[in-house]
Amino acid sequence: MAKRIEVSGLNVYYGDFKAVEDVSMTIEPRSVTAFIGPSGCGKSTYLRTLNRMHEVIPGARVEGKVMLDQQDLYASGIDPVAVRRVVGMVFQRPNPFPTMSIFDNVASGLKLNGVKDKKKLTEVVEASLKGANLWNEVKDRLEKPGSGLSGGQQQRLCIARAIAVEPEVILMDEPCSALDPISTLAIEDLIEKLKDKFTVVIVTHNMQQAARVSDQTAFFNLAATGKPGRLIEMGPTKQIFSNPNEKATEDYITGRFG
Amino acid sequence: MTTLAANKPAYDGKTLDLTGKSGARAFKNTLATVLIVLCFLVALVPLLWILWTVISKGYHLLLDPNWWSQSQRGVTVRRVGGGAYHAIMGTLIMALICAAIAVPIAILGAIYLVEYGKGTKAAKVVSFMIDILTGVPSIVAALFIYAVWITVFGFNRVGFAVSLSLVLLMLPVVLRSTEEMLKLVPDELREASYALGVPKWKTILKVVVPTAFGGIITGVMLGLARVMGETAPLLILVGYSKNINLNPFEGFMGALPTMINQDRTELALQPAADRVWAAALTLILLVLLLNLLARVIARFSTIKSK
Repeated sequence: MAKRIEVSGLNVYYGDFKAVEDVSMTIEPRSVTAFIGPSGCGKSTYLRTLNRMHEVIPGARVEGKVMLDQQDLYASGIDPVAVRRVVGMVFQRPNPFPTMSIFDNVASGLKLNGVKDKKKLTEVVEASLKGANLWNEVKDRLEKPGSGLSGGQQQRLCIARAIAVEPEVILMDEPCSALDPISTLAIEDLIEKLKDKFTVVIVTHNMQQAARVSDQTAFFNLAATGKPGRLIEMGPTKQIFSNPNEKATEDYITGRFG
Repeated sequence: MTTLAANKPAYDGKTLDLTGKSGARAFKNTLATVLIVLCFLVALVPLLWILWTVISKGYHLLLDPNWWSQSQRGVTVRRVGGGAYHAIMGTLIMALICAAIAVPIAILGAIYLVEYGKGTKAAKVVSFMIDILTGVPSIVAALFIYAVWITVFGFNRVGFAVSLSLVLLMLPVVLRSTEEMLKLVPDELREASYALGVPKWKTILKVVVPTAFGGIITGVMLGLARVMGETAPLLILVGYSKNINLNPFEGFMGALPTMINQDRTELALQPAADRVWAAALTLILLVLLLNLLARVIARFSTIKSK
């Protein structure tokens, strides 16, 4: 498991508006890559192109190549549904399915794709909840609704739901922005653990978080409001935070703008 | 730090008046409160009045088991006796056939409008047509079915024709309420499902519709309540029979609104007047029961504690 992502010459549009321009990067397997940058610079938009979630929005489209190992995700004949089974996603706000129990939430990816074997489901649910560091907190109330958990627990439930379908890559779109510091710490510990098995990509507004959890950091910026966002610089997190090549990166990281 | 502290203005010793409302504002507040409570009471009075009148004048016939098991066969307006079984069954049969046709079309239509057709020309046309249909009076719907069912196709006046015209009245109500409920389901849930590699149709079936289910059921019940009280389609398309007829494809059929209409002509006679009130109360109870049933269904389907 865990695959390399190679993006080349990617442009992302909402209708006629170009939101992200000419991004090329390589995301290494079994590592954590963080996207940072000011609001509106297109990092979330870009993230959503990596599992073809961007095109869910009417009028949205993409130019360029996203290679998952040897396969181009945007080649003709590629089914976005199949792509999303391999590239999972965790969202900004915890979004467990309100009509389902904790168990069913974690099992939903398998159940909705036709797995009925009760024994297998039970195993996967337990393994996923353990993988998301949530098992001990919920093992006695698996049949209770998922929406009854705290925000941090709900987010870990969503991570458990995402890893239950055994993706190659997990995308996280500001997974901690709605959580308190203790829950954030729990999620960060979890991300550290997830990179043993998965390729993890995380968008964050919190630079300390990027510095703490990621191996590689990519800095996005936009020239002015209304202009497309661009990848300014990408490199090992240590280097980006201590000795960036670009002036803009340094300004952003040291808090001089953005 | 020291300069900041030095520059800080000192406490100026004045006490702010934070206690009283000004007289004018207090007066406006009281006036608005009184007006709102009055409006509430005015709205409540006719409702309670109707309920009280119908219950007090109609309840004693409902206590008689014959009311629930016998028809009005051979009972004239001057005679006491008989029941409303034929009318209750007629109302239920026609309403349920109507629901069986209208509900699937309405729900699928709403799913199309919200999930697939958003922003397209087809969706705008459908939406506009539904708005028009909402305003169609029941007698127009009845005459339309009369024209198609009887004049063009040459069928007889039967219960099924009534159901068809009720479909025209129920469809827009259920479609609009279902549409609103589906719109309330947050996009985040749809995206969460897509992100698990679940296809769109399955997302709609297993995530979106179950989330909106309680609201959809409420809409269906509102639609049923509306069509069960309609009288014009009954008068035009099936007439009234005092006998029990459970076949919607043959013969005249009794129904509660037409039963009320039948005895209403002889209100001066006590037995007829009693039956009018009892039939009205029965109709209200029927709608109430269906509503309760819907709540139970909605509750059992949302809390899945297995």
